[in-house]
Amino acid sequence: MTSLVHNEMLKLLRKKRLYVIILIIAFLVPLFTYAQFKQIQTAAEKLGTDDWRTRLQQEIVDTQNRLSSSRIQDEWRKFLKVRLTQQQYYLDNDINPQAPGAPTFMRVFAENSIDLLLPLLVMVVAADLVSSEASGGTIKLLLTRPVQRWRILLSKYLALLLSVSFIVLMVGILSYLISGIVFGYGGWNLPLLTGFSVQGDELVTNSVHMVPQWQYILMEFGLVWFVCVAVGTLTFMLSVLLRSTAAVMGIMLASLIAGAILVNMVSSWESAKYFFMVNLQLTNYVSGMALPIEGMSLGFSMAVLAVWTIAALVISFVVFTKRDVY
Amino acid sequence: MTMIPALQVKDLRKTIKRKEIIKGISFSLYPGEVFGFLGPNGAGKTTTIRMIVGLIKPTSGTITIGGKSVTSQFTEAMKHLGCIVENPELYPYLTGWENLEHFARMDKSIPKTRLNEVIELVGMDRRIHDKVSTYSLGMRQRLGIAQALLGKPKVLILDEPTNGLDPAGIREMREFIRRLAREEGLSVLVSSHLLSEIQLLCDRVAIISKGSVIRTDTVDKLLAEQERVIWRVSPVDRAMQLLSEETSVKEGLDGTLITLYDSEQVPVWNKKLIEAGISVSEMKTQLPSLEDLFLELTGGETID
Repeated sequence: MTSLVHNEMLKLLRKKRLYVIILIIAFLVPLFTYAQFKQIQTAAEKLGTDDWRTRLQQEIVDTQNRLSSSRIQDEWRKFLKVRLTQQQYYLDNDINPQAPGAPTFMRVFAENSIDLLLPLLVMVVAADLVSSEASGGTIKLLLTRPVQRWRILLSKYLALLLSVSFIVLMVGILSYLISGIVFGYGGWNLPLLTGFSVQGDELVTNSVHMVPQWQYILMEFGLVWFVCVAVGTLTFMLSVLLRSTAAVMGIMLASLIAGAILVNMVSSWESAKYFFMVNLQLTNYVSGMALPIEGMSLGFSMAVLAVWTIAALVISFVVFTKRDVY
Repeated sequence: MTMIPALQVKDLRKTIKRKEIIKGISFSLYPGEVFGFLGPNGAGKTTTIRMIVGLIKPTSGTITIGGKSVTSQFTEAMKHLGCIVENPELYPYLTGWENLEHFARMDKSIPKTRLNEVIELVGMDRRIHDKVSTYSLGMRQRLGIAQALLGKPKVLILDEPTNGLDPAGIREMREFIRRLAREEGLSVLVSSHLLSEIQLLCDRVAIISKGSVIRTDTVDKLLAEQERVIWRVSPVDRAMQLLSEETSVKEGLDGTLITLYDSEQVPVWNKKLIEAGISVSEMKTQLPSLEDLFLELTGGETID
């Protein structure tokens, strides 16, 4: 099996797919780094002051005032307390929350690319994995060797998993290294809030707690990897079913973009939540940015993606091993 | 010659969308033999070959390679098989060497040294480290054969091996295939839609039409029956009358007469014509066109 995976990785490298992806990331990261840098500058200009400590102190006073009010609900009080601890931590440890370091950039970059950019990159690798062998005719040589068909498909899938892991890793490394030039490389221990959940159609904050940023990033990159594997597997299935790589790309592109549009409509069309493409923004559950929709939680979205992934895998293997090759 | 078939096909059938495309094909290939698979395009040659190499599953019937069933013992059967189905399609973005390495890695029993052996065998050592996208069709064909020979197969299947080659390439390919059969004891199955091709290359031939084998025989025997003589004579009417007394005669397109070839009788007929004062300006033997052969074997219109 290792020699079969070796073959597939060799072909992937020689088709220069991975280089293209690294180039795309290496081009986009500086772009966003610059954009972020500009944003911070404008924000500072608006406030008219460079002294973030004064502003943070003002915010803390604000929070304290709200806490002392008797009319607020218990859980909201809890959330504000956590928020207060966070702000106090920033002040005590001399951290400017508005001027993020490389780890923060890396986290925000991952959060923003999870539903479209990264799936697109994964698609580039997965789309022609099988379809190019069919359209190039090399499938005939591949399937007339003394190797069972399922082993050949499995080696291709393992190569895909390796590439997906590599892409996610490269996004992490490149965004850290490049943005660090501007923002500095510190900030791994910056405390962040997580533990948001949705009950009914409200955001529940009573289990919110702080985690250091490095832990938060690990969690988010795990989710990014999960989403990429799901999108990669679906693309892989289409690549088995269709001969034309362009058709595979077209269908995946259409569904990813449709997903980006549908996400905003799920609150009114509830059953759309079973589509894989509206469940891609897993990191929003961690950061509490998710739209509060009945029944949608981190667990639900991961389950939906898992079901789609497993179904795609089963279809791929059944079709590939049974199919007549012309 | 041992008479255990290297490849045996028995009552092979394939139905696609309730239409029977292959209607019970049977034949056997023996070691050291070049076997021709002759039929027009669409007769079912490629479908049959794809079933033998395991790309298409037969609806019914059995195929064994080296005694192993292609359907139930796939990997064991494939160890004895090397093939090129239709065009020799290899990875254009890899070098010839990398392509061979790629396919060698798929079978653990192939030692590293085998690569050099097959490269030498097909005479490709000079360009083997160039990318396949820079190869000519002839070189791709040779690389394809090198790939097919990697696993030291007992059976080699070549689908239209001379398609797209120039005359020199065709001759080279022919000699190469004959050498493999003679020196390595390989059984080679070659498909073609050209009778002349099969005649020069094969020991035995199966003629296939509309999904059935209509005849299996040695090439010599088949040709002996089907070879014709073309007579250019004048006056044609008188010659026709005389020849008709001896054998069946058909009029050719450009005022020639066509009879069957019979090595003993042709000089006699010729003598008879000359004695009757008819001038014979040309006599030549010719193979029937494939269409003629089919018409004849399927019992359609014939020259008789």
